[in-house]
Amino acid sequence: MNYQFDFGPVLEGLPELLWGCVGTLSLALSGMVLALIIGIGGVLLRDSRVAALRRLVISFVEAIRNTPFLGQIYFIFFALPMVGIRLDPTLTAIIALGVNGGAYAIEIIRGGVQSINKGQIEAGLALGLSRPLIFRLIVLKPALRAIYPSLTSQFIMLTLTTSIASAISAYELTSVGQAIETNTFRSFEVYGVVTLLYLAMSWMLMQMFARINARYLSYPLK
Amino acid sequence: MDKNQILFLLGGLRWTLALSAIGFVVGSVAGLGVALARTSGWRWLERSMAAYIALFQGTPLLMQLFVVYYGLALAGLKLDPWASVSIGFTLHAGAFLGEIWRGSIEAVPRGQVEAAKALSLNYLDRMRDVVLPQAIRISLPATIGFLVQLIKGTSLAAIIGFTELMRAGTIVSNQNFKPLLVLGLVCALYFALCWPLSLYGAWLERRLVTAAR
Repeated sequence: MNYQFDFGPVLEGLPELLWGCVGTLSLALSGMVLALIIGIGGVLLRDSRVAALRRLVISFVEAIRNTPFLGQIYFIFFALPMVGIRLDPTLTAIIALGVNGGAYAIEIIRGGVQSINKGQIEAGLALGLSRPLIFRLIVLKPALRAIYPSLTSQFIMLTLTTSIASAISAYELTSVGQAIETNTFRSFEVYGVVTLLYLAMSWMLMQMFARINARYLSYPLK
Repeated sequence: MDKNQILFLLGGLRWTLALSAIGFVVGSVAGLGVALARTSGWRWLERSMAAYIALFQGTPLLMQLFVVYYGLALAGLKLDPWASVSIGFTLHAGAFLGEIWRGSIEAVPRGQVEAAKALSLNYLDRMRDVVLPQAIRISLPATIGFLVQLIKGTSLAAIIGFTELMRAGTIVSNQNFKPLLVLGLVCALYFALCWPLSLYGAWLERRLVTAAR
């Protein structure tokens, strides 16, 4: 092996790469917010009295979870303009991330809501707690705690998924890396550093989620 | 869409199946090794495997494919793209399956291992006849869930330039300017592969929960 590693171009491009990280995190954050909205809305519809709505949500979840993200983002970006819906890459990426994450969020949130025992609510009523207090202490907090681990690891996965948005050249870390690679041909060095930046971001998110968990969601069970 | 284009898509589908199969089968062998190393009790081995898993679970699959693709070329291995991509998916699958199976091995009740030790079964017999059969049962829903992720993940080989189903789809839609139809069909084909697996995994999980009661 007589290859000379040269990290010079990568170091020169470091400010751009860091801006790419900002792009990735803002895509991820917008995607998460949209995913949460779709998740909560989906759960409400999933358990509605109208059978057609229930079936619609089930089909949506199954369709999204059993097709590749790349296919979904291509579909929005290349196929929807044929029916008159034209979106720019960033908006496409956010919608694709939100829709994809939302399908997973529906299943996760639904599991959390179902984990609340009805007897708990009745016990709260018997103790004379007010309705808002029952919702906050007996429904919301335990449900949040039940879904928190899977929801946050889903969010970290969503953050890693943003790299696929480079396929439609949305502004994020991978596409910034690709631009540097095209100019310098230092493929391994560029993608190696980009990979480590992703590792740092997912580690940072993990720490942040763990802090939030320790601060707000852990209290003695008994 | 004419007959040739449909045949082209089906040719891509064949590569998707081949990539998924190789990633899953070779990745399973790697994953079993990782899971056993993770539960071996040797600290440095457990630590290094934990690092390998953290690296692959904390970075995007697309980047893993890029780094393996260019890294192997740098290491002087002249492989055709399809071998490099297969190695990338195998390393990815090894990390994820290793982590899933580590959890399952640890989920087997301790008393089982202790009883096997009391019967003076050696490590190999203990793993083969006592721990792994139970661990595999526990791990099946998650393993199938990962297989679905892997099949969907093979679509990223398209970005590297490997003509599997997704790239075949974009090529055809660039020819006939019918992305709605072609991409819809491509997604439907992925769905046809993944949905039965997902249903099977969900059924296994329900059965496992009922059996545990």
